[in-house]
Amino acid sequence: MLDVFLEFLVIGATSFGGVVPYLRAALVTKRQWIDDKEFVEMLSISQSLPGLNATNMAILVGEKLRGMVGSIVAILGICLPGGALMYLVGMFYKMHGDHAWATAALKGVAAAAVGLILSTVVQLSKKSLAGKFDFIFMAMTVLAVNRLHQSVPRALIVVGILGILFHRPLRAQKASAAR
Amino acid sequence: MNQIPALARVFAYLSLLTVGGGMAAFPEMKILTVEAHRWLTFPQLIHLYSVGQMAPGPNMMMIVSIGEWAGGFLGALVTVVAFFGPTALLTFVVARLWKRLEDWPWRTSIQRGLAPVSIGLLLAGCFTMAKGAIAGLDAATIAVVVLLILLQYKINPALLVVASAVVGVLVFKLK
Repeated sequence: MLDVFLEFLVIGATSFGGVVPYLRAALVTKRQWIDDKEFVEMLSISQSLPGLNATNMAILVGEKLRGMVGSIVAILGICLPGGALMYLVGMFYKMHGDHAWATAALKGVAAAAVGLILSTVVQLSKKSLAGKFDFIFMAMTVLAVNRLHQSVPRALIVVGILGILFHRPLRAQKASAAR
Repeated sequence: MNQIPALARVFAYLSLLTVGGGMAAFPEMKILTVEAHRWLTFPQLIHLYSVGQMAPGPNMMMIVSIGEWAGGFLGALVTVVAFFGPTALLTFVVARLWKRLEDWPWRTSIQRGLAPVSIGLLLAGCFTMAKGAIAGLDAATIAVVVLLILLQYKINPALLVVASAVVGVLVFKLK
């Protein structure tokens, strides 16, 4: 139990720039708590459900290792270091955030964050979008939120249902039969 | 004024919108935390989110800062529990069901159908943020360079964010 907590605490404290590679290195390679196939499967569940990959993975791996208590200590461990850090950063920013040097640095950081999210979008698209209809669904979601100012849940539900119906089982079977 | 119940409500709701990543909830987070409750300004939200990309762990821990500003230590605590609690519970329950549904044909349909929507939500969040973060050609250049480097090379994104802080000081301060 303590093992689980400590391992996730270490991941939470060292995973600069995205947790997924750190999770794989610690859980699959170092500890061998799960194998590679399980890791990929858990990651795909994490990505389909609401919640961040990092915390969803903590729940899934914790559950597999030690049941509900495992999930709880894993999520605590992975959140604690970053949370404590951002608590201090928030206080510091409140005091010094309007300093000219800080504002200039923050402008650069914010621009970099936009580039970072765009790269995530490109990488995910390459991996999980297939066919022009997937791109149309993606574009519909963007338009609904940014242009038509629909709320995120409404866009999610409406376009999500369209997407699921488009990929309905019968079609998928036909497609794989045709191959 | 006691903001604790509002923090709990807002972040529990935002929690359920983080399909595909924290950024998916960003447009709604802006509306609720900036416009409705005025816990912080839009530039502050962008700054906290961006700085949060340098912190280890889940990449939305900047919510802790919002909670602290609005309600002190208790506010920070309530925000974290509200933001991670609902999805944690959902994941826990679904994980057990999911294995049993392995042969259910709709399982693949749901995964494939939701993929474009979750990517669309990330992109929508990115555009919302870009409206505040990209004010001129300088900032746009930084964003594009970071994008190209990340697509081309296997490099730790946190390093690029730190480097961009230095570039920011050079470009925006010394002008």
